[in-house]
This record gives sequence, structure tokens and C-alpha cells, in this order.
Amino acid sequence: MQQFKKNYFLYLLLAPALILTLIFKYIPMYGAIIAFKDFSPIKGIMGSEWVGLKHFEKFIASPNFDIILMNTLKLSFLGLIFSFPVPILLALMLNQVRKAGVKKNIQLFLYAPNFISVVVVVGMLFIFLSPTGPVNQFATWITGHPIMFMSEPEYFRWIYILSDIWTGAGWASIIYVAALANVDPELHNAANLDGANLLQRIRHIDLPTIRPIMAIVFILAAGGIMSIGFEKAYLMQTSMNLPSSEIIATYVYKVGLQSGDYAYSAAVGLFNSVINVILLVTVNLIVKKLNEGEGLY
Amino acid sequence: MVVKHTGMDRLILALNAIFLTCAVLVVVVPLIYIVIASFMDPTVLLNRGLSFNVSDWSLDGYQMILSNPAMIRGFANAVLYSVSFALVTVTVSIFAGYALSDDRLAGRGFFMIIFIITMFFGGGLIPTYLLVRNLGMLDTVWAIIIPGAVNVWNIILSRTFFKGVPRELREAANVDGASEMKIFFQIVIPLSKPIIFVLALYAFVGQWNSYFDAMIYLDNPNLHPLQLVLRSILIQNQAAPGMISDQLAMAELKRLSEMIKYSAIVISSLPLIIMYPFFQKYFEKGVMVGSLK
Repeated sequence: MQQFKKNYFLYLLLAPALILTLIFKYIPMYGAIIAFKDFSPIKGIMGSEWVGLKHFEKFIASPNFDIILMNTLKLSFLGLIFSFPVPILLALMLNQVRKAGVKKNIQLFLYAPNFISVVVVVGMLFIFLSPTGPVNQFATWITGHPIMFMSEPEYFRWIYILSDIWTGAGWASIIYVAALANVDPELHNAANLDGANLLQRIRHIDLPTIRPIMAIVFILAAGGIMSIGFEKAYLMQTSMNLPSSEIIATYVYKVGLQSGDYAYSAAVGLFNSVINVILLVTVNLIVKKLNEGEGLY
Repeated sequence: MVVKHTGMDRLILALNAIFLTCAVLVVVVPLIYIVIASFMDPTVLLNRGLSFNVSDWSLDGYQMILSNPAMIRGFANAVLYSVSFALVTVTVSIFAGYALSDDRLAGRGFFMIIFIITMFFGGGLIPTYLLVRNLGMLDTVWAIIIPGAVNVWNIILSRTFFKGVPRELREAANVDGASEMKIFFQIVIPLSKPIIFVLALYAFVGQWNSYFDAMIYLDNPNLHPLQLVLRSILIQNQAAPGMISDQLAMAELKRLSEMIKYSAIVISSLPLIIMYPFFQKYFEKGVMVGSLK
């Protein structure tokens, strides 16, 4: 208590962040219990009646369940598998560029798409991939007919993932580039004298250097797997590609905020978070095993 | 000593150069296409693609966009939201980061855990929306600025920064009789310009580019930020509300909506394009401070 009095100024500085977190992060966590209730806005969260797992059962029994869950998992896992290695490759490649000025300029270009808004990125996709757009002018020339990129469900995932790589891979490579800059050049010299070629040196010197960072980035990415970008998937949805583009996050938004079925939607959201936490813990365990005990926690 | 390259190495380095060039082209070509297309006559663009013939160029797209009230209002709203959001979130993060960097704050570990938990668990969209609604913040600027103001990552970044500020500095000022508050505002804050700058940039860019909070919390179109206006132009294919009178034929409407897409993209990205080369090193610094601890 005495310490509190002496350092009250520090607590004063901490207060805004703490209060905002309690209100806007912890109250919604408490509010998530409406997933177990028949929520009525008039009765409030406390007053509404408990219904147990009714909403969860309804979601799991619904005909959409399999499709939506599989869409979410496929989009997430494919995204992880394809997006994860690209920044590492880019960093290894950038690391071979010896002229500092050239390297900086390449990075300047590669980072740029990271600052483009998701609305613009999706807008560009619609422009470039439209039946009369530049990509289809090329496709028509080859195949004789335009390809319906944005309305065929089978293309949705690949367009989503490839455009994600286009937007983020350069920026994501920063952390690996920085780690590679710390490699002792003497190591490369010594290996070179021993007759190791470039590929061997990359494999035995560069890659082990960035391995701990790879592990952390992977765990974080895998932990967020179910929280895959609502914003982009929602913008990319067309009524035609829904069979593959409807994911849990977009479903929650539609059922909850567009149709007003708050409790059911909250249950679906909670279902999503629970799977996410299970994935985070599992991946962390696996990586720890593979990575000689080094995990995120 | 210089590393000797074998023939194999030289081949790999050549391939490397080719791959990197391709990567840069893949990133840059679509952006250049958009910029050139924004200066073109839409009919020509639609029928023949890009043209470098001066007679095929036109500023009509820019003229339409710049005379569009929704676009201008969106731009003004985006500036307002981005600047106020940056102010609030930077202040909150710097304050908390400073407090958490000080050993004299009892319960530091506990407070950190409270913050970090929110990085992994959340109540979800619906409970958060209901809270914001119950607080009467729907259709107000506050819904955009306040709920997202605490960013744990920013707190960690600024805490790391303040840990690097030598204690002796504060102690010396203390000996001179300066109060804690005076030390913080007159000595520590002026020293923290780099971190404040980095966080403010991140916050500004993030808010400038976001549409989701505005979409769920703001019904009134007069409050919509630029990204929502863009969404209706680019994705919902509306040639911006209030711009087209009923008499115009469908074909003309389609032509107009095509025409303004490119210039809308360029204009909405203008602030970031101008800032980008100048601020790039700061962004990079921000990522590094955060990731390498």
C-alpha cells in the first residue's frame, strides 16, 4: 500500500490502458456466455434464460456445418502451408544480394503491397480478374474463352492465398532478413575454404540461424489459423463462390449482425475460438518436440 | 577475405537474380497498371487495353472522383478517424509501456498477463458489438477510436523502448527535485520521439486502411470513412451514391463506374504513397524492436 502511494503516478499512467482493456476485452469475454442462453436484449445478459449447449448443437446439426468448417480449415491450412515458406525464400534470396543499395531498393518494392488496404487489394482482384480484365484478355487469347475467376468456387481459395502472398510476403521477410544479417561472415569463409558451395552454406549456416524465428512465426501463424481474415474473405465473396468462400467468421457476421440472431452467432464464434486455442496449444507442443524444447511458451 | 565462387555458385546467384527480378515485377506491374489506367479513357481501356498514345488519355476519372461528395466526405472522415485514433492509441500505449517498464510498479507481471491474454482469447464479434451498442457508441466516432485503442503489441514495443532509457537519467532529475510527472513529460517523452513516431505511423496507416469497424458500427453514410466509400465503388460496383441521376442509361452508368475505379484507388492511396519511401525505415525499425525484444 505504501508502495502504491509512493508510485501512484505510475498507476495513473497504466490506468487508461488497463480500464479500456477490462471494458472492451474482458466484458465481451463475459458477454460470450450469451452463447449458452436464449439472449433477449430486454432481459439483458444476466436475465436471459440458460439453454445449455442448444445453440452449439443447432450449429453442428445444421446442414451448413460441414461445409463451413471444412472451408475454414482448408483456407487456413492451405494458406499456412503456402504463405509460410515464401518470406523465408525471399529473405534467403535477398541475403545473397551483396550491394546494399540494390538490396534496399528491392525491399522498398517488395514491402509496398503491405500498405495497400484490403478493400483496394480485393478491388484490384475484381478489376484484373473480371471477364474483360487484363488477365482474361490473356486467358481468352490462349484458351479462347474468359475464365470466371471470381464466381467459380474452385478458384476462390487460390486467389485468396496467392493475393495474400502478394500482399504480405515481402513484409513478412523483414524479420528473417534481419536475423540473416547477424550471421558471422567468418562462418561462410571457413565453410567456403572447406569446399562448401553456396547451397550447402545456405543449408548448413543460414537456415539453422533462422530456425528459432521460423518456429515462433509458425506457431503464431498456426495459432491464428481459425481467425483467418474475415475482412478479405467477406469482400471477396460473391453469391456464386459462396460454396467455398463461406467461412465461420463470415457466417458469424451474417447470422449475428445481419439477421440479429445474437446468441446463436456468439455460439458459432465461441466454437471457432475454442478450436483456435486447441490448435495453438497442439502446434506449440509439436514444434517444441521438433525444435529441441524451444516453443513459444 | 572474399568468398570464392565456384561455377555452381555463379549459376545459383544468376538464378537468384532472375527470381528476385520476377518477384519485384509481380509486385510492381499491377500497381503500375492501375496508375496508368487511371489516366486513360475507359472506352479505350476496355476495348484495347493500356495505350501510350496521348490522345487515349483522359483526366475524366479524376474529375469525377474529385467532384464526388461521398468520396470527399470519406476522405475527410478517414483523416479525422486516423489522426484521432493515432493520438489516442499512442498516448495509451506510451503511458502503459512506461509504467510497465518501471521496476517500482508492483504487480507488473500480473498486469502484463492481463494484457497478453487478450492477444489469444477474445469475446468475439457479437459480444463486442453488443457492448459497443449498449454504451451508446453506435454511429459515433467513439466506436472507431476507443474499443481498439489498446494494442498489446504497441504496449510491448514501448515498454521495450523505455527499458532502454537509462535509469540514471531519471534518478538525476529526481535528485534535482523534479516530480515523477515532470520527469515523464519533460525528460522521458522528448527522448521517446522515435517510438512515438513509429507507433503513430502504424496506427495511422492501420486506421486509414480499415473498413470493418466502420461497417459494423456506423450506419450513417455521412460518417463513412474512405475505405467504405471505396468498397461501394470497387466491389459493389456502385458509381458512388448521389452521383448518378436516374436518367442515365445503364451503359453509361457502367462506363462511369469503370472510369472512376482506378482514380479512386490512386487517390485513396495517395497519403500512403507520399509517406511510404520516407517512412519505410521507421516501419522497419518498429518491426525489429517488437520481434527481437
